[in-house]
Amino acid sequence: MAEAAIELVGINKSFGAVHANRDIDLKVHRGTIHGIIGENGAGKSTLMSILYGFYQADSGSISVNGKPTTIDTPNDAIAAGIGMVHQHFMLVENFTVLENVILGAEGEPLLNTSIAKARSELQRLERDYGLEVDPDAVIEQLPVGLQQRVEILKALYRGADILILDEPTGVLTPAEADHLFRILAQLKDEGKTVVLITHKLREIMAITDAVSVMRQGEMVATRKTSETTVEELAELMVGRRVLLRVEKGDANPGDVKLAVRNLTVRDSRGVTMVDNVSFDVRAGEIVGIAGVAGNGQSELIESISGIRRALSGEVTLDGSPIDVTGTADPGELRERGMAHVPEDRHHVGLVLQFEENENSILGYHDKPQYLSGPLLNRDAIVADAKDKIEKYDIRPGNPMLKTANFSGGNQQKIVLAREMDADPGVLIVGQPTRGVDVGAIEFIHKRLIDMRDQGKAVLLISVELDEIRSLSDRILVMFDGRIVGERGPDATEGELGLLMAGVESKEAAE
Amino acid sequence: MEFFTTIVQILDSTVRLSVPLLLACLAGLYSERSGIFDIGLEGKMLAGAFAAGAAAAVMGSAWAGLAMAVLISVGLALVHGFASITHRGNQIVSGVAINFVAAGSTIILGQAWFSQGGRTPSLAAEGRFGAVNLPFADAVADVPIVGQIYSELLSGHSLLVYFAFAMVPFTWWVLFRTRFGLRLRAVGENPAAVDTAGISVAWLRYRAVICTGILCGFAGAYLALAMNAGFVKDMTAGRGFIALAALIFAKWRPVPAMMACLLFGFLDAAAIRLGGSPLPIVGRVPVQFFQALPYVLTVVLLAGFIGKAIPPRAGGQPYVKER
Repeated sequence: MAEAAIELVGINKSFGAVHANRDIDLKVHRGTIHGIIGENGAGKSTLMSILYGFYQADSGSISVNGKPTTIDTPNDAIAAGIGMVHQHFMLVENFTVLENVILGAEGEPLLNTSIAKARSELQRLERDYGLEVDPDAVIEQLPVGLQQRVEILKALYRGADILILDEPTGVLTPAEADHLFRILAQLKDEGKTVVLITHKLREIMAITDAVSVMRQGEMVATRKTSETTVEELAELMVGRRVLLRVEKGDANPGDVKLAVRNLTVRDSRGVTMVDNVSFDVRAGEIVGIAGVAGNGQSELIESISGIRRALSGEVTLDGSPIDVTGTADPGELRERGMAHVPEDRHHVGLVLQFEENENSILGYHDKPQYLSGPLLNRDAIVADAKDKIEKYDIRPGNPMLKTANFSGGNQQKIVLAREMDADPGVLIVGQPTRGVDVGAIEFIHKRLIDMRDQGKAVLLISVELDEIRSLSDRILVMFDGRIVGERGPDATEGELGLLMAGVESKEAAE
Repeated sequence: MEFFTTIVQILDSTVRLSVPLLLACLAGLYSERSGIFDIGLEGKMLAGAFAAGAAAAVMGSAWAGLAMAVLISVGLALVHGFASITHRGNQIVSGVAINFVAAGSTIILGQAWFSQGGRTPSLAAEGRFGAVNLPFADAVADVPIVGQIYSELLSGHSLLVYFAFAMVPFTWWVLFRTRFGLRLRAVGENPAAVDTAGISVAWLRYRAVICTGILCGFAGAYLALAMNAGFVKDMTAGRGFIALAALIFAKWRPVPAMMACLLFGFLDAAAIRLGGSPLPIVGRVPVQFFQALPYVLTVVLLAGFIGKAIPPRAGGQPYVKER
């Protein structure tokens, strides 16, 4: 076998008291696709940032193509033939594709010649790898899938032999993700080495040749993909056995709790984001809304939960109307038995600078049990927070800790605990497991099923198709502000994927 | 014909009055395009004017004055850079501080060194940038219209006037046709993209604020050595802030910046020319009305007449590497 494209030996990195990487050894063989998998905070991104020169390791050594290499800056990494596609794209949004590609690799001080050179080089890359993109398009007008392609082009333009992709499919539709995987396979065929960082087990199984698993800053195992299973990898990631499939009985739908009729919502720019949408959610069922991010799901739940004013339409809760075009506000809806777990817990769901106990009553803080006269009853609040910590397995179990110091999964549990514990009749949940690790996902999913079984109506929005499919009793697919189809929980991924891409039916696609 | 002469004279003073605005505005453009907001243009200009006046008075050379103005102004620009780039401080606070330091120290030092109530001594001809007459200006002065425009409007300005207007196409060329300009614009929009491309964000931004310092120094030198004959306290009179307004008005682009500065200069010139003389229909208008016009215009324009001005997206935010 050829020598390793990348070999890391004994890498250590600490941020203050946090030991983000602990004695990491990693060997990536040339011409392979190597997956690195682990929960959030396992140290994957830190390790790759060290490899790309964004951080310097405290100790350890790096070899590239068999040669010991010091990588102190991104420049050193680029010179060693390493390119990186970041999770959040490193693009200048109001520049053209060409300008972004040459930035930092211009060559001469004047742009004329470098732009001409880049133009012909891009044509070659397009021919060789099927990476088509209009070189004169402005980045912010391109869909995310194409923006990501520009990131790949940037790396290839700099002559990268080794390409690191950090969570590349988080923002893509299933079809776009498939296209990306075809591109990666082609890069591999051309002899490039690809390192794929992800927390999605399915992607690892679909495309990689080998996979390394990280847990709590340590590299716990490296396997050949063909010799491992999803179950084994999940267990290695979490450190215990995980149920990947949610177990649930049949739904027992009762009366209509939430009814939406002809709802239309425009965003601040006046663009119609939700277009004449109607549906019901009954007691004892989970209705999932699938769709690629940005197709109106966010605006839909914001408007139902009273955060965003609708243009027209009617919404009723338990048979009585909610004034969604006028005065509806979240406080009123909360009193009427609607709870809302917002999509963006950092900006909407929590005040990160507050203590855990404060966040655990936020929005319910004027309930009598939390008050003593006009003041907050701190003892009662802390006792209540401790109770929720117990029930929802929030770690660390300290209600006095600042919320920013909890991990993503535990922050989400704080929000869920607050909203579920209020015992609402209708629960609206946005992206319940975004940025949440596998162990916590399992827990959150179980809780949502419990809510359903207690006869609550649950409206679920998620960009994770697996999550929608495993939790929902009915699946609505949103595309371009409209509901383009309804399917049962047994709908295939391909079928839903087509609907999400705006193809109305299978026949139309063929 | 007399009316035409009046117009040419007003335009002529428009040019003279818009030059300090233009230099300060282009100065701000470099800094703000790189993501460093700079409300300290006023202070740098003022300190530059004082340095120019003092050095020219002591050394008797306009060029020495200009050099000293640039030196001092770049020094203050580096202080701003040190606070806001290296130490990631608040750029507005740092800019305000520079304005205060400049306003106070110029008067104190002026009084201590020259004892003329904070002024610098009046400069003789060799201490100033005098008028440059373009070839044949005198010969064609009597030719109607074309000759008048050539000799009055285009000829007879100080060297710094021609420099300021030459900086407009030059700045455009730097921004949009050079590697430095591409990187400068990129770092003001998304410094993380620049950092991951292997370019130092800090060094790039330092170079931008140095450009700002140089041009502010020129603006100050123009005030003290060309428009006037020496430094007078508070002689910038808010021009640094009007230049900032012009920069926003121009949406951070060089040619519109020149247009905006000419507009402000024109209002100034009109105020001087028309103040006190009766106008048709409305009759006599108090001179203060005209003097207030540039400031009123600033407020009106910024209040939304110009459409949405989108500043460089990373403007005002110190760059911190993310995990």
